[in-house]
Amino acid sequence: MTDALVTTAAFDALLGALADDGRRVIGPRVRDGAVVLDDLDGVADLPVGWADEQSPGRYRLRRRDDDAHFGFTTPSTSWKPFLHPAREVVFRARLDGAGFEVTPPDAPEPLAFIGVRACDLAGIAVQDRVLGGGRFVDAGYAARRSDVFVVAADCGESGPTCFCGSMGTGPTATTGFDLAVGERLGDEPRFFVRIGSARGAALLERVEHTPATEADRADARAAAARAVAGQSRSVAAGEVAGLLARNLEHPRWDEVAERCLACTNCTLVCPTCFCTSVEDSVDLAGTEAVRSRRWDSCFTLDFTALGGAPVRGSVRSRYRQWLTHKLSTWQDQFGELGCVGCGRCLTWCPVGIDLTEEVAAIGATDGAENPGGTPS
Amino acid sequence: MSAAVRPRLAVWKFSSCDGCQLTLLDREDELLAVAEAVEVAYFLEATSGVVEGPYDVSLVEGSISTPHDVERIQEVRAASKVLVSIGACATAGGIQALRNFADLDELASIVYAHPSFLSALDTSTPIADHVPVDLELRGCPIDGRQLLELIGAVLAGRKPVLPAHSVCVECKSAGNVCVLVAHGEPCLGPVTQAGCGALCPRYHRGCYGCFGPMESAAPESLAPALASVGLDEADQGRLLRTFNGWAPPFRAASTVRLPDPRRRTT
Ligand code: SF4
Ligand code: SF4
Ligand code: SF4
Repeated sequence: MTDALVTTAAFDALLGALADDGRRVIGPRVRDGAVVLDDLDGVADLPVGWADEQSPGRYRLRRRDDDAHFGFTTPSTSWKPFLHPAREVVFRARLDGAGFEVTPPDAPEPLAFIGVRACDLAGIAVQDRVLGGGRFVDAGYAARRSDVFVVAADCGESGPTCFCGSMGTGPTATTGFDLAVGERLGDEPRFFVRIGSARGAALLERVEHTPATEADRADARAAAARAVAGQSRSVAAGEVAGLLARNLEHPRWDEVAERCLACTNCTLVCPTCFCTSVEDSVDLAGTEAVRSRRWDSCFTLDFTALGGAPVRGSVRSRYRQWLTHKLSTWQDQFGELGCVGCGRCLTWCPVGIDLTEEVAAIGATDGAENPGGTPS
Repeated sequence: MSAAVRPRLAVWKFSSCDGCQLTLLDREDELLAVAEAVEVAYFLEATSGVVEGPYDVSLVEGSISTPHDVERIQEVRAASKVLVSIGACATAGGIQALRNFADLDELASIVYAHPSFLSALDTSTPIADHVPVDLELRGCPIDGRQLLELIGAVLAGRKPVLPAHSVCVECKSAGNVCVLVAHGEPCLGPVTQAGCGALCPRYHRGCYGCFGPMESAAPESLAPALASVGLDEADQGRLLRTFNGWAPPFRAASTVRLPDPRRRTT
């Protein structure tokens, strides 16, 4: 068996089984006017009957005229906060006679992710290669990531900020999940469940399910085709690395720098951005110290401060660093692009800067140079 | 540490509301540890006992707004090894710097029955305009955790962790839903320095800019977003001209939006 149908009650039982196994079950739910990722007690906590409207610099929820559980596109946050948290303790140290007693951080709790979009699965895979692979494995990331149970949710609709189609990352999950669900609405609502791993199959065996038919598979394919056809934004994934690499002095960098606030929102919402800074704190008595690591961003001045001055002082150089890393030098560094097309950096940029538009503007005048030669 | 070698701390008040000094007294859980780590040599808000200078660390609250302030800050500087200005008054002139944009005599005649008793300067200005300042703590009022971090760092002889990036960094790190993007609330977070822990967005309010301009504050670039959520030019100017209106980036952007020939701009 590679797929099956389950009822809403059986899907709820499936979440219950994950919790029974001692996992913290995390998924999309509505909070403060947005779909966020947080703890779930069951399917009733999902954003039932909610859709989102996203455009550059704007996000709103609206009611749907059905009871879809996954009738929204990308949640406001990615899964990054759970795997690569905003702040994490590296170690604690306590002055002990002449030396230090060092305590490592607590072991992570086992997690289950419910409703992971295909773009976000791709984002997790990118961070797996950066933080969990290669010569330098990040121990904290690897520990949190190693045992996550992933239930993906295929997209039946996409939003105006989505461009997974052009990045080749969605809208259907193809790898990196234990189970993947597609939602079938109507008089007899069902979840079409695809199996991605042996433990996914074992979990499915613990709840009631019926075999899927060829018609169910055709329905799922049609939904994916509709989702991709609805995407109006795109990036030419095969060409963008070269385009940006040969346009480092393009006047568009000056233009976008006039609009960019260097606020860091784009990097913090991005599922692939991984940069951090390390901070030490010591109590007033000077006996207890904590070394922690927190999210940082190529948009802050401290991030490139060397010898007291930032290497990338201008906003132009910082925006250019962000976009060329995502879409060009990431390729040189990790053999793929650092963007999965989730569209979050468009939506959550307070001034709606749209990377697809910036790439298009540079592409339209490929080779143009700033006559004055603006310094970096 | 023996009592004899404890560094001597002084807390000074200039033109201000005392809120920043109270932030230290409010840290009830850590107050004893502070008192053990330093000798509180001058802190009239907390104790009337006064120990003569010099002082190892002086925390200076308040702005310079009277001729007497101008003289006194020189004495404080001369008596202090490390001088830290604390709060929006001391770092940017404070709310009382609103008078810098207006005519002092006219304001005084509206507010006071006998303005002739006043001895005030035309402007309210930050401490750094008058004497060299070693470190700055932003905020209206300052943040208690930042204050403890600063005291701990000065004691340990290391650089305090006081990031100059935007409030948005703290806001996203806390997992808040952005009130500007998702609720259409005007928010100064993208142009304001972190330090408060994104307190207002956490409670679904836009940032009011208490911590003053962040390292590369671009209020002109934020203006289109404020306009798109319904703030006209004058309201944008008023939002920027509250606790830190005299800080240069906020001053420049508010002055363009609230033009008045009598108002000074420099
Ligand atoms: S760069 Fe933007 S669209 Fe691409 S993965 Fe990051 S947040 Fe998503
Ligand atoms: S592109 Fe947008 S979100 Fe990113 S730093 Fe600039 S203004 Fe902030
Ligand atoms: S709510 Fe304000 S501080 Fe928070 S991310 Fe949005 S703009 Fe920045």
